[in-house]
Amino acid sequence: MTAVGADQRQQLAYVATQAADARLNVEIETEGMTLNIGPQHPATHGTLRLVARLDGEQVVEAEPIMGYMHRGYEKLAEVRTYPQVTTLINRIDWLGSFANEVPFILAAEKLMEVEAPPRAQWIRTVLFELSRIANITLFLGDMAVQLGALTPVFMAFRDREFVLNQIEAATGGRFHPNFDRIGGLKDDLPKGWIDDTKQVMEKMRDFCDEFEELVLGNEIFEARTRGIGIVPADVGLSYGLSGANIRASGVDWDLRRDGHEALAYDQVDWKVWTHPDGDSFARYWVRLQETREATHIVDQLLDGLPSGPIMAKVPRIIKVPAGEAYAATENPLGEMGYYVVSKGDLVPFRVKIRSASFSNISITPWLLKGVYVPDIITILASLYFILGDIDR
Amino acid sequence: MTQLSLTDTDTSAEAEPQPDERREAWAARLADSLGDGYAEHHIIGGSDLWVRVARDSWTDAATAARDLLGCQFFDWLSAIDWLPSPFGRDMDAQEDNPEPKAADPMEQGHAGGETRFQMVMRLYSITEHMGLTIKADLPDGDLSIDTLIGVYPGADWHEREAWEMFGIHFNNHPDLRNIYLPGEFEGNPLRKDFPLLARRVKPWPGIVDVELFPGEEDS
Amino acid sequence: MTGAAVMSSLLAAEVPYWASTIIKLGVVALVIPTAALMLGYVFLMKMMSFMQSRLGPMEAGPYGTLQLLADGLKFLQKEDIFPAKADRTVFALAPLVVLVSTFLIYVVIPTGPDAVVAQLDVGIFYALAVSSLSVVGILMAGWASANKYALMGGLRAAGQLIAYELPLVLAVMGVVIQAGTLDLQKIVTAQAEGEIFGWGGIGNPFILTQFVGFFIFLVAVQAETTQPPFDMPVAESEIVGGYQVEYTGFRFLFFFMGEFGTAFAFAALAAVLFLGGWALPWGDLTHWGFNIAGPVILLVKVMAVSALIFWFRFTYPRLREDQLQRLAWKFLIPLSLVNIVVTGIFKVVL
Repeated sequence: MTAVGADQRQQLAYVATQAADARLNVEIETEGMTLNIGPQHPATHGTLRLVARLDGEQVVEAEPIMGYMHRGYEKLAEVRTYPQVTTLINRIDWLGSFANEVPFILAAEKLMEVEAPPRAQWIRTVLFELSRIANITLFLGDMAVQLGALTPVFMAFRDREFVLNQIEAATGGRFHPNFDRIGGLKDDLPKGWIDDTKQVMEKMRDFCDEFEELVLGNEIFEARTRGIGIVPADVGLSYGLSGANIRASGVDWDLRRDGHEALAYDQVDWKVWTHPDGDSFARYWVRLQETREATHIVDQLLDGLPSGPIMAKVPRIIKVPAGEAYAATENPLGEMGYYVVSKGDLVPFRVKIRSASFSNISITPWLLKGVYVPDIITILASLYFILGDIDR
Repeated sequence: MTQLSLTDTDTSAEAEPQPDERREAWAARLADSLGDGYAEHHIIGGSDLWVRVARDSWTDAATAARDLLGCQFFDWLSAIDWLPSPFGRDMDAQEDNPEPKAADPMEQGHAGGETRFQMVMRLYSITEHMGLTIKADLPDGDLSIDTLIGVYPGADWHEREAWEMFGIHFNNHPDLRNIYLPGEFEGNPLRKDFPLLARRVKPWPGIVDVELFPGEEDS
Repeated sequence: MTGAAVMSSLLAAEVPYWASTIIKLGVVALVIPTAALMLGYVFLMKMMSFMQSRLGPMEAGPYGTLQLLADGLKFLQKEDIFPAKADRTVFALAPLVVLVSTFLIYVVIPTGPDAVVAQLDVGIFYALAVSSLSVVGILMAGWASANKYALMGGLRAAGQLIAYELPLVLAVMGVVIQAGTLDLQKIVTAQAEGEIFGWGGIGNPFILTQFVGFFIFLVAVQAETTQPPFDMPVAESEIVGGYQVEYTGFRFLFFFMGEFGTAFAFAALAAVLFLGGWALPWGDLTHWGFNIAGPVILLVKVMAVSALIFWFRFTYPRLREDQLQRLAWKFLIPLSLVNIVVTGIFKVVL
């Protein structure tokens, strides 16, 4: 743990930027080089574009430009019935699709004043955590490959497959389950699924142990991530950073524990992981611990799964009463919320999608000042974004 | 599946307006600090708080929420266009739409309002684990409001989004450009009078798949 | 006629100068693609695949052995694209310069008592000197591509190769002091005929006394051949291939061959300098049979060293450029200087 305080860090970053600026303009009469990173660049997971003004290898300023994949979900949701909207929002964070559906369904349930039966809530939570594991597993491998280590990403893909298989077995969809319904779930769990999932959770714990040694224990990985991209807690909060990104800055806040949504997290025993450093290493560390914690959550939930129906009584044609509701959950990438305005019609009047990556990435212009080019990649990778989650 | 969905476990609790002291207290403190700028609030007990403020008190409300209520976390910012869609249900499948319905009167949501455009922002306190939604009316002739960047730097991109989607101008915003749409895009897509052209060209056939079973009543 | 006479007549003595030159050229020209193919297949395709829990190519040829040939043929068929604003001449020449520098190293690597293309008195000096020529080619490629990523890659490569030239040379100094010669052939015999405190059972491969030098040499080789953890000049996730980014077709193939050819050459140098080269500590070193057995013995040692090089390559993440320079200047160079001093002291004392 570094002894440098948050203020000092900010000051250091500021001084570095000033120095870079001074070199650019005074010392040698050089022009800064503008480097276009993306929209087609292996480190941008899709189509994020980053325009960076460089002084040698040092970034003077960097600005993300997005919209290459903007699909206008907020507009499209206004002409789709509530059940149809879940098909769309599956594609926001496409690595943890099921987790996208849940907050929207919860918002709609709030407006309709129905609550899913306990069994549905528990299965929802299980699938939610499985999405998280599938999603974060890929991050754990991908971050390593961004730093140049080729091998971990293959292990991540290999082990993620087990989780995806379980999601597919339960929902029928590997990536886009579209399984959540207002008032419950589409189906109950298939036979034998619980035992299989427990075995998979065992594997995922091994995977986490392996990565803790393989990646976190690697000196070069530490050298590349320690002290890089430090986000002080207050700055992070004012930029709207959420999820593991803010927990890595020492903020003990997790919507799974602190939110009041109808999910089964309060029924199991688990821990919110935080790290005081706020750098890229901390973000990786927190995510790794959370993945392992998620496997424990799933195990406990499967042990205590209540019996009963999986659908509350809801009308066949869903008309949501007029009103406004905001529901947010702790998605793999951070807080995802839906602000749903209804006018009592078949379709929502307005849906505001609060996606985690959009806010998480909005800190990058602040964060990238004064870093080196390779650190751009480290920081972007450690902030972990999914393009669909930024562009919506 | 059908038999499960027809089970008679009715979990929808009868919603009784329950008192919510913490949210009442928040609303009262905001009202105190904003004075005339405070319009009204709406509370759903144990669930959520809406506060509407005057346009000029927008940044003051954010500052007060941050400093007095401890809402350090900037959640999001956007706008709502309350105009009923001039296209009616034209956007739906034609089978559902024998004759065009007359447009509903404009009707604002929680915490009221008078104007077509309303700003919405969501703030959250990570210590209290409670959030609130702040709204502000924007008069039709002058769609502009002060920027929140000074209070929450994270508002930058959200305001750019609201600018391009609704055409709301943010005073003192340093860099008001399109964030998603191409630079030469004309129009403000999330306004209700902006047609979704795909639907105008080819009606969405999907709406028919919720047709009723014989003998079933539309509830 | 004895076998030795046959061999020597075959290799040098009775063949006219022009013919021997052509034969030597042919051998070197054949060795490099073979070496590149072999390393590419054994390590890049199979070892890496097994480390990453996959099979690697399995379709072309038995066990995918011909995959790289197929890839090579594919590259040859590709269009030779020049970026619009590229400096065409320089752009076209750059891969050749890199490849030539690789070629030139092979010239002095001894594979048997007589089986060497050119036996130079300053062999190791020459090998290290020509190996750094490749930096010129890389800079040319980076500059001429008219691409910012390529430029950054080229500059990174230049900084890196120059920085690691020093530890590379200094690491070899220990061996040179111990052997008392710069001639690679004599270094080999010195190791085979050497004795450890009077015991000549396994000769005296310099890795035993020069393990520090061997370690520094390997690290520096890793950097010289721009392999992870020192692959910043080509870092895919940062500068998308660096100086290679604009190259297609056979020019890219040249870079590929240059990379693996150089890795092979350096592994061979390491084998010669530290592991005893083509020789075995038993038997008569001048026996003609070593001209046949030598290449095989050397190959085994080269593969062992390559396995180390590629093992590091597939395991480690990438350092940052400033960390790399710090490692070179603040750690490797002082360490190698200490190594030279210690070696010198022992040389004088013993």
